[in-house]
Amino acid sequence: MLRTGRWITAIALVLLAGVYVRALLYTPVEASQGLAQKIFYLHVPAAIWAETAMILVGLASVVYLFTKDPRLDRFAASSAEVGTVFCAIVLTSGPIWGKPIWGTWWTWDARLTLTLFLFLIYVAYLLLRSAVMDPATRARFAAVLGICGMCEVPFIHLSVYMFPTLHPMPIILQPGRPKLPGSMLTTWLVSLGVFTLLYVGFVVQRYALSYLHEQLEAVGGEVGHA
Amino acid sequence: MRLPDVLRHSWVLAAKDLRVEFRSRTAILSAVVFVILAFVVFNFGRDPTAVPNVALAPSILWVTFTLAAILALNRAFHLELENHALDGLLLAPIDRSSIYLGKLIANLVFVATFELIGVPLLMLFFNVRLLPYLAPLVLLIALATIGFVAVGTLFSAMTVRTRFAELLLPVLLLPFMILPLSWGVQATVRLLAGRPLSEIAGWLNMLAVYDIVFVALALLLFPATVSE
Repeated sequence: MLRTGRWITAIALVLLAGVYVRALLYTPVEASQGLAQKIFYLHVPAAIWAETAMILVGLASVVYLFTKDPRLDRFAASSAEVGTVFCAIVLTSGPIWGKPIWGTWWTWDARLTLTLFLFLIYVAYLLLRSAVMDPATRARFAAVLGICGMCEVPFIHLSVYMFPTLHPMPIILQPGRPKLPGSMLTTWLVSLGVFTLLYVGFVVQRYALSYLHEQLEAVGGEVGHA
Repeated sequence: MRLPDVLRHSWVLAAKDLRVEFRSRTAILSAVVFVILAFVVFNFGRDPTAVPNVALAPSILWVTFTLAAILALNRAFHLELENHALDGLLLAPIDRSSIYLGKLIANLVFVATFELIGVPLLMLFFNVRLLPYLAPLVLLIALATIGFVAVGTLFSAMTVRTRFAELLLPVLLLPFMILPLSWGVQATVRLLAGRPLSEIAGWLNMLAVYDIVFVALALLLFPATVSE
């Protein structure tokens, strides 16, 4: 399983390079933002998966509390870790775009702030996991926090529309047709697909690792805690 | 279990906690002193010639109450750790959600106590006119407090049994507190600027929805934090 995960990740990384070849060579340069706009193909799919991962953590946690199936807990932990990484991608690629376009690396804009929240919730989730030693208690506590985290996401979204914002409004997921030229939309959709693959690859690897980890813990091996 | 029973049990539990608290008074006094100290820190932590009182007052109010609430919440389940009192509580023939409700009520009374002392002190220290806006301000503070105390009570039931509990609670809780805090600050700024009440209705609605969602969620999730 670990090997499968590695293969998926490797393929996804190669495809990601492909997406950028397409984005840089075969997709038109945006008129007002220039080359900086190219980061959009990385930034938006990562943001979508950073949030989706939180929702998946929450859903897995809900089912875990009913079934107490350790596989769901393992999946939630893996998804949270990968979500943290994607959040970090969003939080680093955003400022790189923001510097030339807004003239500042960081502003306390609603969307930026709220992505930061998401990141902090992920970090809190991982910290809580590391602070509990007993596996069953750890799983239950993590599930409670995961569900609360999932329920906070809609509030974060509502909040976005109540604050004045500098951030570009959604141009793809909006009522009506996407306001994006066809070739850009294609590149973006391919990138979204690649990020989906990347998410799956990472989660499969992490899942396999925590399974091995638990096996080792069960036979009393000396390990750090996950 | 029937609803009147749940409410009765939770009230008995809350009354027990509050009796313990108001007999020793150590925690509530510390919380009040903390609020005063935080006000003093804010006073010295700014340039009074550059930042007028009325501009800073909403931040002082909300940041102080948030931090003081975290300190207070750490205490709620700590009380039950001594002599394994929590095990006794769990063995009692009552619904688990009434344990949560009891703790929630006790925490709310506790936090409301230092907030009641904090608001007049804010008026006194920073010379801001709160009296004309007192009714909407109290409603605002009440709604925000219910929201973060509800989440905080749930989380403190977990963190109290982890390593470094005192540090972990703020780390878990602050991401959930910042939203009600930011709505509270936005609404308070508008109140103090004398804007019409209709302008803050949106924030009040958000806070009310947040309260309903998280109190309901915490009632459902609490049994998972204490079952063995």
